Amino acid sequence: MHDFVLALLGGLMIGAAAVLLMAAHGKIMGVSGIVSRLLPPMAADWQWRALFVAGVVVSPLLARLFTGEFPIVTITHNPIVLLIAGLIVGIGTVTGNGCTSGHGVCGLPRLSVRSIVATMVFMASAMITVFIIRHL
Amino acid sequence: MKHLSALLIGLLFGLGLIVSGMVNPAKVLGFLDLFGDWDPSLAFVMGGAVVVTFFGYRWIGRAGKPWFDIKFRFPSATNIDARLVTGAILFGVGWGLVGLCPGPALAAFLINPWALLVFGSGLLGGMVLTNLFFRKNSGA
Repeated sequence: MHDFVLALLGGLMIGAAAVLLMAAHGKIMGVSGIVSRLLPPMAADWQWRALFVAGVVVSPLLARLFTGEFPIVTITHNPIVLLIAGLIVGIGTVTGNGCTSGHGVCGLPRLSVRSIVATMVFMASAMITVFIIRHL
Repeated sequence: MKHLSALLIGLLFGLGLIVSGMVNPAKVLGFLDLFGDWDPSLAFVMGGAVVVTFFGYRWIGRAGKPWFDIKFRFPSATNIDARLVTGAILFGVGWGLVGLCPGPALAAFLINPWALLVFGSGLLGGMVLTNLFFRKNSGA
């Protein structure tokens, strides 16, 4: 299938997951918030968070059952860059209260001004970072 | 059923990341690289997800409460402050460095465990430090 069709199909599945999490648990599907509240000081309602995370982590195994192979994950960066990038993403998502899923997938459709601002800022910031690395 | 549903929703989200290509950082960087060999396909991920969530949230909002809790917990904050913008800038820089945001980092873990272990150590460490920082400053 064409990349655009797969992207749309995957997007529909992600949206459906966000709607189901609200319908079932009354929660926003923001991955950074779900993960960070599993860390100290841990939230009292850690069970659904841990199980959601477990579901995401094992999803490639299910994908492999259908296709016979793992999806492609290409990472060529050296470990120092990976560690620093992870650190900045961790600091940034807790500081800004959300990432692509919380502010983007869940916040934009709620027409939350905070999420609209945050999404525009992190998209621009990521694109500028890639531009600096690849083209300057 | 309550706990099983969280696991299944996580699975659906992870499969969405895999099917769409979001799980692959190289593809994400291609999407973020507007001035290079731009790959616009991932715009359809956010587009598709936002449309489903837009109508889905309105539809379930008619029910008085979620299946397994007493009320819907939609965020109520509306203030645009320096903390929000600073956090978003930092997140964007980290995302642009390697093409990994938190959801795909979880979904990619079993596929490329060593790289994700390193990225994940930074991610979790950054979250713990920032949690502590804001708890200390808010006096909570």
